[in-house]
Amino acid sequence: MTRQGPVPAAGTAGVIKLAIMAVGGQGGGVLTGWIEDLARANGHACQATSVAGVSQRTGATMYYIEMAPAGERTPVFALMPAAGDVDILIAAEWMEAGRAIIRGFVTPDRTVLIASTHRIHAVSEKAQPGDGIAPAEEVAAAARVAARAVIAADFDAAAVAEGSVISAALFGGLAAAGVLPFPRAAFEAAIRGSGGRGAEASLRAFAAGFEAALAGAAAEAGGSAAAGAGAGAGRLRAVRGPARLVAEWDRLAARAAALPAPVAGMAAHGLRKVVDFQDPAYGADYLGRLDSVLARDDPAQGWLLTREAARHIANAMAYDDVIGVADRKTRGQRFARIRAETGAAEGALVRVTEYFHPRAEEIVGLFPAGLGARIAASPRRMDRIGRWFGRGRRVRSDGVAGFLLLHALAGLRGWRRRTLRHAGEVAHLEAWLDAALDFLPDYGLAVEAIRARRLVKGYSDTHARGLGKFDRVLEGMRMVRGREDAADWGRRLIAAALKDEEGKALDGALATVRSFL
Amino acid sequence: MAERSFRAEVEHLRKGAGEIFTGEGILAITKALLENGVGYVGGYQGAPISHLMDVLADAQDLLAELGVRFEANANEAAAAAMLAASVHYPIRGACTFKGPVGVNVASDALANLSSSGVTGGALVIVGEDYGEGSSIMQERTHAFAMKSQFWLLDPRPDLPSIVKAVGDGFALSEASNTPVMLMVRIRACHVTGSFICRDNVRPQLSVEKALSAPRSDFARVVLPPMSYAHEIDKVKNRRPAAERFVVERGLNETFGPAQSKVGIVLQGGMYNGVVRALQRLGLADLYGDTQVPLLVLNVTWPLVASEFLDWAAGKEAVLVVEEGQPDFIETQLGAFLYRAGATVRLHGKDVLPMAGEYTGQVMLDGLTAFLKAAAPELLPAQVRAPNLDRPPVPDLTRTVPIRPPGFCTGCPERPIFAAMKLVEKELGKHQISADIGCHLFGALPPFEIGGATMGYGLGPAANGAFDGGGERRPVSIIGDGGFWHNGLSSSFTNMVFNRSDGVALIVDNYYSAATGGQDLMSSRAKNPTKATGHPIAEALKGVGVGWIRQVDRTYDVGRMRDVLREALTTQAEGPKVVIASSECMLNRQRRERPLRQQAIREGRRVEAPRFGVDEDICTGDHACIRLSGCPSLGLKRLDDPLRDDPVAHIDTSCVGCGNCGEVAEAAVLCPSFYEARVVHNPGRFEAWRARVAARLRGWLTARRAARRLDFAG
Repeated sequence: MTRQGPVPAAGTAGVIKLAIMAVGGQGGGVLTGWIEDLARANGHACQATSVAGVSQRTGATMYYIEMAPAGERTPVFALMPAAGDVDILIAAEWMEAGRAIIRGFVTPDRTVLIASTHRIHAVSEKAQPGDGIAPAEEVAAAARVAARAVIAADFDAAAVAEGSVISAALFGGLAAAGVLPFPRAAFEAAIRGSGGRGAEASLRAFAAGFEAALAGAAAEAGGSAAAGAGAGAGRLRAVRGPARLVAEWDRLAARAAALPAPVAGMAAHGLRKVVDFQDPAYGADYLGRLDSVLARDDPAQGWLLTREAARHIANAMAYDDVIGVADRKTRGQRFARIRAETGAAEGALVRVTEYFHPRAEEIVGLFPAGLGARIAASPRRMDRIGRWFGRGRRVRSDGVAGFLLLHALAGLRGWRRRTLRHAGEVAHLEAWLDAALDFLPDYGLAVEAIRARRLVKGYSDTHARGLGKFDRVLEGMRMVRGREDAADWGRRLIAAALKDEEGKALDGALATVRSFL
Repeated sequence: MAERSFRAEVEHLRKGAGEIFTGEGILAITKALLENGVGYVGGYQGAPISHLMDVLADAQDLLAELGVRFEANANEAAAAAMLAASVHYPIRGACTFKGPVGVNVASDALANLSSSGVTGGALVIVGEDYGEGSSIMQERTHAFAMKSQFWLLDPRPDLPSIVKAVGDGFALSEASNTPVMLMVRIRACHVTGSFICRDNVRPQLSVEKALSAPRSDFARVVLPPMSYAHEIDKVKNRRPAAERFVVERGLNETFGPAQSKVGIVLQGGMYNGVVRALQRLGLADLYGDTQVPLLVLNVTWPLVASEFLDWAAGKEAVLVVEEGQPDFIETQLGAFLYRAGATVRLHGKDVLPMAGEYTGQVMLDGLTAFLKAAAPELLPAQVRAPNLDRPPVPDLTRTVPIRPPGFCTGCPERPIFAAMKLVEKELGKHQISADIGCHLFGALPPFEIGGATMGYGLGPAANGAFDGGGERRPVSIIGDGGFWHNGLSSSFTNMVFNRSDGVALIVDNYYSAATGGQDLMSSRAKNPTKATGHPIAEALKGVGVGWIRQVDRTYDVGRMRDVLREALTTQAEGPKVVIASSECMLNRQRRERPLRQQAIREGRRVEAPRFGVDEDICTGDHACIRLSGCPSLGLKRLDDPLRDDPVAHIDTSCVGCGNCGEVAEAAVLCPSFYEARVVHNPGRFEAWRARVAARLRGWLTARRAARRLDFAG
């Protein structure tokens, strides 16, 4: 963006220019009102503007305030912020802080950026089948360069914890920033002055925002990136259970720990997942499969192939079937967790209703493999089963009848290895592993083929589409096999498959592959 | 009005002489109308002037005391037509709507009114929706004033100036027998500030009394030969009278030194932006005292040649600051100079952009370029030779996602579009036209339903070319606001009369929701001054629509999908109309949330649902999000190295509408969704039953846990 150089601000000396960038519905109007009241009550002339309208509804929106000490004459204030001419920028969401930087409202000579690090994901981020979340750290890096000072904290969490909304916490952050010439008590008076039953909660959120801002400013000064999201290493809790099972578990865990260092950590997680899904014997199967991959792996490559296999084999073995869903819905901690999430008061009841829509495939998947396969081969029978069972069902899982049903389904765990679904999953798993290892000695391509398992996820139609994409990606990998850049193409095909639901990007990528063959 | 009460604002309207009003621009205009003896006010809501309508609707007592009639008109044409009362009667009248779309609708009435001329002052208040935050096509209202010859005020965007313009407008209208339009930009409508009030004034003649002494004069009727006389009157008498009034009353203002080689002529609405640019260049102080002469056109039509030429005399170069296109004012001022044989150089769109909002940076760049060319000695040295030394900021344009407006959390329109998307998955893509209103967000991702909008109430009419039908039926979408605005006549009678085979989907959310929740003919709410409760289905039957299906709970995605499929596949002839009704959630929450909190505090039994996702069941494919887009349904990264993709997550803003669960069920997505319904202050029996169930669950769970490994801790 081209911009005029620094220009004398003599004409507006003494004016404080403050812009608020928010997402519609965050209460930016309320915050603006408080700031106006604050300024006017403390001897300042003040003007605020906004562009309400449809941008209120979940879209990016902006409020703008100017103030100056009141005198005989009325100052001429601007109605919108200008690039390079903003003293305080309040961003009520982290990407809105990024938008402010793009628009030039945050400049190193003057702007104090007060921003909430929480995210409200845009539709374009969350609609992708893969991980479309915009990288928060890029905004953090830009903010450090663009702003005179950054005060970043999760003001939304601070407000929600006090039963209030972010506007009050941001007002606290503004007070803590010390950029307006008014004491903290004057800020609180503005909240009280606006009245309403919510004033007490707002004052608590104000205080929480005040503290969060001080902590956020300290963190920024310490040089740590204030805004960071991302998966942690995943802590593992101790295992409890009957002595016999714990002993079995310990043997398995020791086996996993004995794997090469780069693999062991991931294998420990994977082992937990599959044992939790089924039983220790299933865990032994898992480790056996890892061993067979390890036997073909290359230590010079840092055991990357086995490490990736440890991840994806675990996911494949812990597939999502009716038994597993019922099991997870009836675990002991679940009701306590849901109750805590609702914030229900002592004495209030929490009723939980599950939304299910089983299809004939799920029902028949529970049948013994032989019988199930015969039924699944007959469209007429599948139709009939679909008519009997395949409709939307709402189950009150906190109630006696609903819980008993789910509990009983979860109890079919011992039966699982004999089901049609299991047979199908095992066949797919083995075909996939064979195909991946078949790409060796192209190590990179084999790793990508392991990673392609990521595409198989979801339920029913989504699952079917995922399988289809998985097949096409593997087919594409076979086409590029033997090329030097085969692994790069494998990675590109996976990324394309995760871009959209229908697989348009994947079609394009495959067409490109065919064009140079 | 379901959304909120404007009682506090109404109190502002009662302020008397000497009291200070502090608040928004649009509310200041409302107060100014009452101070200027207005006899009747009407309008049609829309950003940025909805507030005027909302506040007056809540001010019935005050209006009755003053003898002022307030009308919430069916549309802008009706609002403008109401000004006919000022043709024969010496009554001041005002109407309001947004521009230029409202002016488009009103233009028939405005043209007739302008031809007839007025006796009482007639003021049209237009909220010009241009630039950032605008929801409409980018055009100017200016052209309407020129073609119909009514006068256009564009006051400086501060409260005293806007308030003064209301009084000036009425007086100008009466002095020139011509309606006057007061144009206020979107930010000026919402700008806050103060002005000193005057007492409210009762109209000299009330509309009620006028009915006791009816008047008529065929010379005012727009029929030949009077219509020819009207045109002559406009140019021979009315316009000269207006120009005289503008000059004598000093409606346009000059600032800065009398002698200078350069000057800036600007629309009043551009004043603060121009002064800010001058302030930043060190050429004006905080109070607007400027070193560069300014001619501020608070009246942008008609332009007065003598006034401009006098001001421009002795100057070498003049800059015209005129936002938007085409450059009507610059062209006119250029003609003035040329005809006068002047040698002043005229700048404008050569240094300022032809199109787009004049933001702070645009204005600074434009004025700098003008002064560099015309009077470089005025500029500070730094500007003449900029020395830019800043560390480069990383480019975030590819990082930060766009965030267009969309459906609110819990919006009842979301399941309609989810159902539409499911039907299209079965039957293929259809030709879909849309209308104006919140439902237009359905055209954006994740739904992408609907490709064009031709205006308010015109959704089904926009499919007229396809009325004959084909392999797949054309579909049109229209809201209840559009239906009553003019959709019933322009769209539905058009369909019936032409034997359309198309499908029309009416999104009925009980209000004119996108404009702030104003009541409509079909609103369910009881309104003390308006007749509500007229079902849309009855109106459709009345105009001869035979195939009507009403869905009274749009959140039932399965039923919504089935009804839409039926409409698209039935053998029935004629238009197929689906009415999808559920109350606007924004309005509903604003009304119900405080009541619910109070009920909980008072110990009454209240059920409060919200939804959740089991994160260990969600696989992170986001299919639910692609059928929902709900703001409360976002993503969450798990602390699990085995998982690549973030899972769906519902935050605390969920209002428990049930759409996500219904979609998961109807589209057979996944079993991750659950509803957690908190029962506050439960009855004794249900509390006992819950305790029994909890004990049983606890026993069964513990029994099973004892036989397996527990990894959760």
